[in-house]
Amino acid sequence: MEAEHIEIAGFLKQFQPFSGLPDETINTVAQQIEIAYYRADSDIYQFGDEIHDLCVIRSGSVEIYRRNGDLYNRLSPGGLFGQMGLLMNNRVRLPVRALEDTLIYFIPESVFVLLCEQFEAFAYFVEMDDHSNLQHAVSGKESNNLMVSKATMMISRQPVIVESSATIREAAIKMTEEGVSSLLIVDTLSSDDNESENQEQSGEPQVVGIITDRDMRTRVVSTGISSDVAIEQVMTTDLLTLDSDAYAFEAMLCMLRYNLHHLPILDKGRPVGVIAVSDIVRYESQSSLYMVSTVFRQNSVEELKLLSEEVSPCFVRLVNEDANSHMIGSAMSVIGRSFKQRLLELAEEHLGAPPIPYCFLALGSMARDEQLIITDQDNALILDNSYNPKLHAEYFEALAKFVSDGLAACGYTYCTGGIMATNPQWRKTRKEWEACFADWIDNPVPEALLNCSIFFDLEGVWGKVKWAEQLNFFVAKKASREPRFLSNLARNALSRTPPLGFFKSFVMEKDGEHRNSINLKRRGTAPIADLIRVHALAVGSQARNSFERLEDIIKAGIVPEGRISDLRDALEFISMVRIRHQALDIAAQRPADNNIEPEHLSEFERRNLKDAFQVLSNSQRFLKFRYP
Amino acid sequence: MSGFNNKHQDSIDWSLRMSEQAAAARDSRLRTFYESGSFSKETPLKEVSFVALDFETTGLNAKKDDIVSIGLVPFTLQRIYCKEAKQWILNPRQHLAEESVVIHGITHSDIDNAPDLMGVLEPLLKALAGRVVVVHYRYMEREFLNEVLIKRLGEGVYFPVVDTMDLEARVYRNGFTALCLRLIGRKRASIRLSDSRTRYSLPFYRQHEALTDAIATAELLQAQIAHRYSPDTPISDLWL
Repeated sequence: MEAEHIEIAGFLKQFQPFSGLPDETINTVAQQIEIAYYRADSDIYQFGDEIHDLCVIRSGSVEIYRRNGDLYNRLSPGGLFGQMGLLMNNRVRLPVRALEDTLIYFIPESVFVLLCEQFEAFAYFVEMDDHSNLQHAVSGKESNNLMVSKATMMISRQPVIVESSATIREAAIKMTEEGVSSLLIVDTLSSDDNESENQEQSGEPQVVGIITDRDMRTRVVSTGISSDVAIEQVMTTDLLTLDSDAYAFEAMLCMLRYNLHHLPILDKGRPVGVIAVSDIVRYESQSSLYMVSTVFRQNSVEELKLLSEEVSPCFVRLVNEDANSHMIGSAMSVIGRSFKQRLLELAEEHLGAPPIPYCFLALGSMARDEQLIITDQDNALILDNSYNPKLHAEYFEALAKFVSDGLAACGYTYCTGGIMATNPQWRKTRKEWEACFADWIDNPVPEALLNCSIFFDLEGVWGKVKWAEQLNFFVAKKASREPRFLSNLARNALSRTPPLGFFKSFVMEKDGEHRNSINLKRRGTAPIADLIRVHALAVGSQARNSFERLEDIIKAGIVPEGRISDLRDALEFISMVRIRHQALDIAAQRPADNNIEPEHLSEFERRNLKDAFQVLSNSQRFLKFRYP
Repeated sequence: MSGFNNKHQDSIDWSLRMSEQAAAARDSRLRTFYESGSFSKETPLKEVSFVALDFETTGLNAKKDDIVSIGLVPFTLQRIYCKEAKQWILNPRQHLAEESVVIHGITHSDIDNAPDLMGVLEPLLKALAGRVVVVHYRYMEREFLNEVLIKRLGEGVYFPVVDTMDLEARVYRNGFTALCLRLIGRKRASIRLSDSRTRYSLPFYRQHEALTDAIATAELLQAQIAHRYSPDTPISDLWL
């Protein structure tokens, strides 16, 4: 009987070029594989050795050398080597050593040849792979695994599970025995009490909650609850999980976004593992996630200030790892948000607990998850309706000042427009905020709207964050019904236009005038975000990120779909040029800004920027027509 | 179950022992198996053919419980050969308890049409013949095969094994390293298959699927030898 190699096939499937092959082919390949273990620093192939296999790194990493001993490339799990030798008379041309303890899957030559013959994409990949390797031939740069590998790669052990009826003590014993910091809690539905459920699901354990070491401290030990109580009484129930199809970077984003330390991964509802922060840190040792967890360990503004010097290198690293603009924007926003949150925690330590509940808001790019490296702080406060200026004004003024000064110290400069919680105008009660938004929407005055579009991208970062959601919901519901408001907002969105293109070393304006440089934020990404916001408000979208708003706009069908995908590409391209140039500035130790001189643009960038500006220009024309 | 001996026991001359057993065997399949012999005890590891073996069972008692599935994969120090791997699902004579279903995921409907162990004994013994069997925890596989054959044939089977768990125990439970770890107050290292693999940076595999566990065991032995022995170490240092 032919044995099935589930584990091996499952691994191969996660990586190119195998991910493009049909399942039955992968299973056949898995059946033919040979495996070997190499200790760190041992030779896998020496120059001139015969080679008869394509090699896939299952775990560990290898280094490939030139004959003169120079490092040629460094590969990690999922990486391929040996294809060049197979294509060149079965002789090893570049020696390979194990950098760490490494496990290799060998695919025999006969299988390799068959795959190349039957699957063009496979042949193309193994041949092209060498060229791209040549290009990034070692500058110490590794490919970004988080971008291409699946989240399941980071699972380091089977999930540890208890039934929801287990007691707290039983759960704690299980955690200790298994040496884990989190425990999944399941309900097994017996077949008679779930007749309404899908029959196939009967008897399948459903994940209903999670409990962590920290929960055991904060919800059990410190509250003195009896350890005979069922674990379901203290577990976290509104559980965030990811599907096993998700990419590693999605797992990272999700954990960053919600500051999670444990993220359960499910395969068709069945738990397959839990990713902990440490798994991601192990995977990418200097990741932005690590940065976030470090922020929360700093105990003073001075310490935070010192740490903030790490933000730029973190940004450059993401750029070098070929992250896309959504990922970089999210990572930078989460980092910025963590600084804000930690400062608020510190402020409350200094000033004492707040006299009434409040919610601290982030506005603009941070709320949209589109923050980059140079950014000013835009924030505001929602206060409980019981706010009494005589009793409470002093506290919140001090709180806002503490946070705002702290942010400024950490490189998030004061907002020149004064949109900060330090400004009494932007500390309002819940009722006042609703009235304020209602006034903007009901009585749109172009001048007033010009400065307040930023308020339509708002997010709660601290305190009663639900209030921010409720405010968003209120705005989304109201704005979509007010054509006059949308029309005024649209007019504002047209106030900043893109240039026509480039000529020699100049930016060419529509009126034929030339300039020496272009501000890619003011003339590119900001007007795109503005016009996306108008459409998003028109369709009642509650998303804040521009890419997510575009998804909602497509669903609503108010803009031709081709136009939306053009717009998405334009935003991504302009953002990436902006991001790359900031990274170059940082690397060259120049102050990073949004201005770009055309002479620093490659031919490729010039051509594509011109196209992107064209898309923006057309979209602005459409906006004028859609919201007259 | 008994603990591990602190003293490294004197190695059995398995070559001799196998030919004695061949002479005594009544069942022809067992006789053929013993006749294929074993390696002489001086054979260096680099020349030994191994086969990693794993069973999933209805429970932990070899006298009462039965085998539900068998996974095996032949290998050498150089390579593990998945192409020659085998896996069988069997219909056990012992009732399949719910608790064990949870562990190995083999259900009643899977085993209904599966053969009895006797149906696969010949190919199984053929796959083991002439190779040194490698298991993680010898009291499982070797005892089970012995007991289920006594029940079915009236005679058992005995052969040399390399136990990867025993190799870990020699270091982490009984050896000098273990002593040092205890002195600096470290807790007892786990010598379970997945924890042992982690120490050698081997990847996480889903457990309790006989073939995957067999491959996992083969990889572990390669790693243990790469870290602690030499390809020229005689097999008698490892087998039991």
